[in-house]
Amino acid sequence: MDLLLDAIVLGLLVGCFYAAVSVGLSVAFGLLDVPHIAHPAFLVLGAYGTYMLNRMGWDPILAGVALMPAFMLLGIAVYRFYYETFERRGSDAGLRGLAFFFGVVFIVEVGLVMVFGVDQRLVEAPYIGKSLAVGDMRLPLRLLVAFAMALVLTIGLSLYLSKTFTGRAIKAVAQDETALRLMGANPVRIKQWAFGIATAVTGLAGALLIIVGPVEPTIDRVYIGRTFCVVVLAGLGSMSGTLVAGIILGISESIVLTLLGASWAPAVSFGLLLVMLGIRPQGLFGR
Amino acid sequence: MKTNGYGFWIGSAVVLALACIAAATIKNEYYFFAAYIVVQFVVLATAWNILGGYAGYVNFGTSAFFGVGAYIAVMLIKWMNLPLGLQIVAAACVGGALGFAVGLLTLRLRGIFFSIATVAVTIILETAVINWRFVGGATGVQILRPPVMEPFDSYTKMLFVCAVILAIIAVAIARYIETSWIGRGLRAIRDNEEAAECTGVPTLKLKLAACAISGALMSAAGAPLAMYQSFVEPASAFNLTYSVSALAMPIIGGTSHWIGPVIGALLLGTVQQVVTVTISSELNVLVVGVLLVVFVVGAPQGIVGLFVKLREKIKGKNI
Repeated sequence: MDLLLDAIVLGLLVGCFYAAVSVGLSVAFGLLDVPHIAHPAFLVLGAYGTYMLNRMGWDPILAGVALMPAFMLLGIAVYRFYYETFERRGSDAGLRGLAFFFGVVFIVEVGLVMVFGVDQRLVEAPYIGKSLAVGDMRLPLRLLVAFAMALVLTIGLSLYLSKTFTGRAIKAVAQDETALRLMGANPVRIKQWAFGIATAVTGLAGALLIIVGPVEPTIDRVYIGRTFCVVVLAGLGSMSGTLVAGIILGISESIVLTLLGASWAPAVSFGLLLVMLGIRPQGLFGR
Repeated sequence: MKTNGYGFWIGSAVVLALACIAAATIKNEYYFFAAYIVVQFVVLATAWNILGGYAGYVNFGTSAFFGVGAYIAVMLIKWMNLPLGLQIVAAACVGGALGFAVGLLTLRLRGIFFSIATVAVTIILETAVINWRFVGGATGVQILRPPVMEPFDSYTKMLFVCAVILAIIAVAIARYIETSWIGRGLRAIRDNEEAAECTGVPTLKLKLAACAISGALMSAAGAPLAMYQSFVEPASAFNLTYSVSALAMPIIGGTSHWIGPVIGALLLGTVQQVVTVTISSELNVLVVGVLLVVFVVGAPQGIVGLFVKLREKIKGKNI
């Protein structure tokens, strides 16, 4: 019973972290309809950026925040390119857009392998490696830090989207692009901005990724499952749903980990994703 | 291009004859070792194109079907030592069933969900195999090759000829689908699925059929892997690089005609072999990724499309 309680608490912490790594995708795929399968690769890119800054003595979270402007520009550039080459030309944008992002995944992976090698990398910070005792439970401090950051990130983004003018414009573009155009706004510029924000958040989430555990260039493949599982489970574009979905995934993974062993863990997110697609594709909080 | 039936079959017979002659005359085994991989990619690319190219549903799970084929072969060898031909047939049946099941689950949804579901199937199957002791688990399994059959003097050559036969079958099926009503239906789905449905195209049935046929061919291509490497492990049999290659080759060659995947596979497969041998296997994945992006952006109709454009230009000048 204690074991199960441990698993649930750990799952809760990890689950919020999963929500944080998925919010970027929730905006890019859920709201903007971009088949952004390279999202986890960008996440790993953020983790390696953090690793590099950390070696220069920066705190990982500070490094993650410092990466955000660069990732914002990257996101804007990627969306601009995607729009000019696929969305504007219209026909079979889906097929070619998907193939494009799939190609980007492998370019990023191999690029990282060639620069950093295939070894696992980690960061150093005062809170990494220590743990906090709560009752009989020992909670790793790195998970708590990631948990807190994840909450800030997810709730912050959710507030931004619902309270600010630009945030509402982003939600509007997801609902009805033509109507927005009739109101005199330029949907492409809003989408570009939104994709930039999504990518910037992904950069910071990459810092959390390397705080939570060691990172290697092909770790993005597991996170394809985790991020898409969270986004689909939440319902496309639902921010508050993302947090709930992340926690559901975190707890189920951690229970499977405890009961069956670590070798089954990668299948949990993908399995959950398949089940969800089969029975309720619009997600728990779908529009 | 012509759709002359005789021409195609004569061409196939010539290719098969050349492969047999090569096997009989060339002594260096390495050529067959490398050529086998290239021909295997002809099968995978052609199979991918049946669903991806004609119907526009992007399958990221080629490696799932490929790996299933390889492991079906491993099971049959360990279980009752069945011969290669039966392994391939069994793999094709299971692959077809898997394709049907995956299709049934996700083909009702928008395209990207199908794509993500295929990645999901890949990882789930890989995890299942890793945790399955009978087929070796994560460490993989060694296979003893049976003695080589009569007309061939080495096992690699036999596998090479076997792959050529598989490739011809795959291309013939793809060509049949392309020129028949099935292909017309699939193209209608790609252009506008709702309009196709409204005009009476049985979209779901056609997609399911395409997905099952495509899956069967991919698994059939995976079955000889066990004998080829005489060693199979999950991380390499289910490797996502098979998926990206099988997707890149038709897109580079051109997805609208059956010759496209063949050209793409021969070209890219050869380049990959050369790069792997001369530089590194990492770079070979990079080459695939970069070429894929370049073609998707710059030449969406692939090499076939470039060729058609060039011909039109020349014709235009003559008139």
